[in-house]
Amino acid sequence: MPDAPNRSDAAVRASLRAGLRAGVPFALAGGLLSLSFGVLAEGAGLGAPAAILMAAIVFAGSAQFAAVGIIAAGGGIGTAVVVATLVNSRFLPMGVALAPYLSGGPLRRAIQGQAVVDASWALARDADGHFDRHFLFGCTAVQYATWVPGTVVGALVGGGLIDPDALGLDAIFPAVFLVLLISELGGLRNRGVALGGALIAIALVPLAPSGVPVVAASLAALYGLRGRDR
Amino acid sequence: MTSEAALLVLACALSTAAVKAAGPIAFGGRPLPGPVAAVVGLLAPALLAALVVTQALADGQRLAIGPDTAGVALAGIGAWKGASVIVCVLIAGAVTALLRLLA
Repeated sequence: MPDAPNRSDAAVRASLRAGLRAGVPFALAGGLLSLSFGVLAEGAGLGAPAAILMAAIVFAGSAQFAAVGIIAAGGGIGTAVVVATLVNSRFLPMGVALAPYLSGGPLRRAIQGQAVVDASWALARDADGHFDRHFLFGCTAVQYATWVPGTVVGALVGGGLIDPDALGLDAIFPAVFLVLLISELGGLRNRGVALGGALIAIALVPLAPSGVPVVAASLAALYGLRGRDR
Repeated sequence: MTSEAALLVLACALSTAAVKAAGPIAFGGRPLPGPVAAVVGLLAPALLAALVVTQALADGQRLAIGPDTAGVALAGIGAWKGASVIVCVLIAGAVTALLRLLA
């Protein structure tokens, strides 16, 4: 069930603090990632101000990289926005999972839903799939606090001094996701679903546009329907 | 900032906000129906596994194994052995960088 509407202030503060603490390592990794985004976006001709604005108001790493990748490859703005949206489409099922644990009317819930980023979403769930929204807010806040400065540094210093590929910064994103994944692999059922999701995604990579393989991997979670009533 | 860059950034921001708002608007304030809850409870392993393989084993729409694959795999072994997030990220970056330097 959703947490009680009248959590005490002390409980809310404890959750926020726990989220902040849990988010620190992801914030450090995110800062490096965001630095490489700044370098790439500036190099793609976006310009430092637009790169920084994008980090500040999009705040979705994989979508930002995808959009800038399209622009760097000579693609149009429409294509870039469509690809970014597809890459973000995993936030749809993630938002559905979180929804019962948000408070207030639709507008208020929509605003709270903006706090969903991958690491926070994964960490704010307990073993039974219940979410602590205040933990989520704290965890995302600390990641935002390094995300924007990371891009500022990357975009202003630029590719002349920083070579993200030579520094292996592109390995950070998948490494972070792998750490989160490994913490989800307790139990045979979760392992099977993870394997299923990985196979669906790999099979679709050559066939479908960027982002589609990941959201299609959600289908592996349909396994949850099996034997539900037992 | 060129107007094209501004348009790109604003459109991406609006689309991201809309995608993140959709679930909370449609399903908020009450428990999910049983079958939906059973499925979303298993989303995390499915989505995280897909994010890992699409980023570590592919380059755009081409399947590709490279230095980053090795870096991520070693980071995974570290995580399995209980290493912290930061140590795992450093392993991934350092191994990838080293292999590229040697290549």
